Amino acid sequence: MSETKFVLKGGSLPDGSMRNILIVGDSISAIDATVNEADATIIDVTGSVILPGLVDLHTHLREPGREDAETVESASRAGAKGGFTALSAMANTSPVADNAGVVEQVYRLGQAAGLLDVFPIGAVTQGLKGEALSEIGAMADSVARVRVFSDDGMCVFDPLVMRRALEYIKKFDGVIAQHAQEPRLTVGSQMNEGEISARLGLRGWPAIAEEAIIARDVLLTDHVQSRLHVCHVTTAGGVEIIRWAKARGINVTAEVTPHHLLLTDELASTYDPIFKVNPPLRTEKDVQALREALADGTIDIVATDHAPHTMESKECEWQEASFGMLGLETALSIVQKTMVDTGLLTWQGVATRMSTAPAAIGAYFDQGQGLVVGARAHISVIDPSKTWIVDRDIVQSRSRNTPFHGYELPGVVTHTFFKGKATLIDGVVA
Amino acid sequence: MSVALSAPDISRALIRISHEILERNQGAENIILLGIPTRGAHLATRISQTISTIEGRDVAVGMLDITMHRDDLRMRPLRAIMPTSIPSSGIEGRDVVLIDDVFFSGRTIRAALDALGEIGRPRSVQLAVLVDRGHRELPIRADYVGKNLPTSPTQSVRVHLTEIDGIDEVLIEGESN
Amino acid sequence: MRHLLSINDLSLTDAIGILDTATELSRISDGQVKKLPTLRGRTIVNLFAEDSTRTRISFEAAAKRLSADVINFSAKGSSISKGESLKDTAMTLQAMGADAVVIRHGASGAPQRLADLEWMTGSVINAGDGTHEHPSQALLDAFTIRKHLGKGAADLAGIKVAIVGDVLHSRVARSNVLLLNLLGAHVTLVAPPTLLPVGVESWPATISYDLDSVLSQVDVVMMLRVQQERMSDLFFPNAREYSRYFGLNLQRLALMQPHAIIMHPGPMNRGLEIAAEVADSARSVIVEQVANGVSVRMAILYVLLAGAPSGSESN
Repeated sequence: MSETKFVLKGGSLPDGSMRNILIVGDSISAIDATVNEADATIIDVTGSVILPGLVDLHTHLREPGREDAETVESASRAGAKGGFTALSAMANTSPVADNAGVVEQVYRLGQAAGLLDVFPIGAVTQGLKGEALSEIGAMADSVARVRVFSDDGMCVFDPLVMRRALEYIKKFDGVIAQHAQEPRLTVGSQMNEGEISARLGLRGWPAIAEEAIIARDVLLTDHVQSRLHVCHVTTAGGVEIIRWAKARGINVTAEVTPHHLLLTDELASTYDPIFKVNPPLRTEKDVQALREALADGTIDIVATDHAPHTMESKECEWQEASFGMLGLETALSIVQKTMVDTGLLTWQGVATRMSTAPAAIGAYFDQGQGLVVGARAHISVIDPSKTWIVDRDIVQSRSRNTPFHGYELPGVVTHTFFKGKATLIDGVVA
Repeated sequence: MSVALSAPDISRALIRISHEILERNQGAENIILLGIPTRGAHLATRISQTISTIEGRDVAVGMLDITMHRDDLRMRPLRAIMPTSIPSSGIEGRDVVLIDDVFFSGRTIRAALDALGEIGRPRSVQLAVLVDRGHRELPIRADYVGKNLPTSPTQSVRVHLTEIDGIDEVLIEGESN
Repeated sequence: MRHLLSINDLSLTDAIGILDTATELSRISDGQVKKLPTLRGRTIVNLFAEDSTRTRISFEAAAKRLSADVINFSAKGSSISKGESLKDTAMTLQAMGADAVVIRHGASGAPQRLADLEWMTGSVINAGDGTHEHPSQALLDAFTIRKHLGKGAADLAGIKVAIVGDVLHSRVARSNVLLLNLLGAHVTLVAPPTLLPVGVESWPATISYDLDSVLSQVDVVMMLRVQQERMSDLFFPNAREYSRYFGLNLQRLALMQPHAIIMHPGPMNRGLEIAAEVADSARSVIVEQVANGVSVRMAILYVLLAGAPSGSESN
């Protein structure tokens, strides 16, 4: 059996140069190849940008436990649709991914779906309770080879627990991905604390509750010489602390979500819980600070925090509704809109922040290698000149809680290749 | 648009109505004049002044808003409620003369009778109108009419009074058929 | 205007229109007339997901005086407190043919959700939602103030009002700040800093932490209820200390101008935010607020329900 061959013809690489790409089998075989492969499938991508396959470091796949909201398979489809070739399965499933059994199950489900790599994230503490460490070593040594540990959804609040976790993962160069939320300052919190929450009578989630934890954790990380990743930074103050920590040489990385790059707390005025997310949408000033931080590298990566929820958990009163929004299928478009079209970031920058850097943080084998000959053929193709209208009724995800329903967004992801296999062809998931 | 009544016409009509009211009720003693806002209330005031001049004594006058009793509220944009003021003597046992500007379907007067019924039980209720344009939808008639104006249903009758509009006149708008 | 969810739904003309309508209606109800046929055949549902006997009774009396049919879909024990979704409740109300829903709900924004989601076609009237707003209360407060201090003016220009107490959790305060400001009054919020929301600086009001210095300056002192559960939540050291600094007692009453009035939305904690002697004094209009509530709610129902549905103009 001969290997499948594709030629991507007429597109430009992240650096702007026009190149054709030859994919043979699961690898990139040639770049700038003359298109004389008689037996190759020629795909005309003229006008499009070819990016290395996107890697999401923060995804809620809901399986096991809430398969009514999402499954590994449906999230894989959503990922392929959005140009992703790797997702990171957050640990807050039911049961919690705090042991080798669960992470191996999720890993295998990802393999079975076969549309992209699913890298499980292990819980830092048993049951996400913030008390006793989970079986971190066993998860690291499992088939899933877990390197990222997070109690996301919950903050590893106890400073001693956080210290021990940071120390423990040094054994295999792991990283703690912290959901920075001081719990006592956010009891019952519903949205960003400020003018809008005061007007709406919704309990505030103050920026300080995020910043205090980031500050504590970077100092702890420095003290024990470990590695910290800050999940979904949302505040200008948080950015300042990370900037300070990096300048000091502390081994910290940070992510921002697409929605925090675009949306603000003004949207809560509708009381529509589609805009309810944790951490909450902040102010315009924070949005600008996050964009600048992503541009200058203070924030290393974009991660979706894709959080599917069933309709009934969003079609209700704000305070009864679940936190979270879909992200995979709109992420690249939002990044184009907020970062590329505004001139803050080049496509090369996008490639770094959505592929190379997240793969490096997660130590994800054969992801994020960039578009180089010999690398695994993980590729996303986006046509930045086209626009599309988000329709929650035709998403790949099993849930429909996108805050962008009805938005016209720039950038259509047309093709995704995972290990040389086309998982998205002309916008259709294979 | 044509002028159906001029200022002197209106003045003469109101004086005549005042005399008729006095004649029919044998004086002003037991009468209460209740104007229906807005223009009916001004007409009531004018008639009360004329009667006072004729009789040399004050006549009881007030106004009766009938908005809350209308049966066509849902068919029109929201109406503001106008003041109601009933003379302190009340209407019990009195001869009430309702006063309005234009008499048309009769529904306003029906609502006024309902509103009156909530307040008390007069000895009699009479009706005085400046203009009767016909097209009654209810079995109600006027006791005192300034002028009968035959109109088509599509026409509209506009009463202007100096107190509100700066001029006394009655206009007919639209084509008769 | 189809719904009354927030004072922000009202223009100055709308607000004055409701107060004027209420004035006429209160004259009618002062007399012998107890019932008007205006809303005959219309169905109004009182949907109370949170206990509030006084507000429910007030709306019920208002609706009945206008001859509407009233259905009480009430408080605890009903399906809404058993996790039935707002959507199912709304669809039930729609099936019952409700022309209006008067909703009291513990969740801020629940009335707006009910109105926005188009599960039902009737009007939605917010009778208090979480810590958001309570517009009918603010309208009856403004009505009461205008009656006592308005000197015949349509609005409340130049009148100074102090709102004292737990502003953070008060829907009455939020609606009153908006409405009093709309009507031209000047509002001073007086509270311990813990009971003012972050972001209060953006409100059209002056902030003070010192009740004594404000009392002699204002025409109206509006006391807010202090909820028992705040005691344990670190907002102030204890009830005695709260009362010492923010309670309205006879000594403080003496600081007020002779014409100034005292208001309270009820229910009162006598001895905590207001001394019994003050609540019962001649300066207190608290009982009158309750009476005015019916006229103002009649006016709200009239304005929302009596006219043709907006857009369907006819001659």
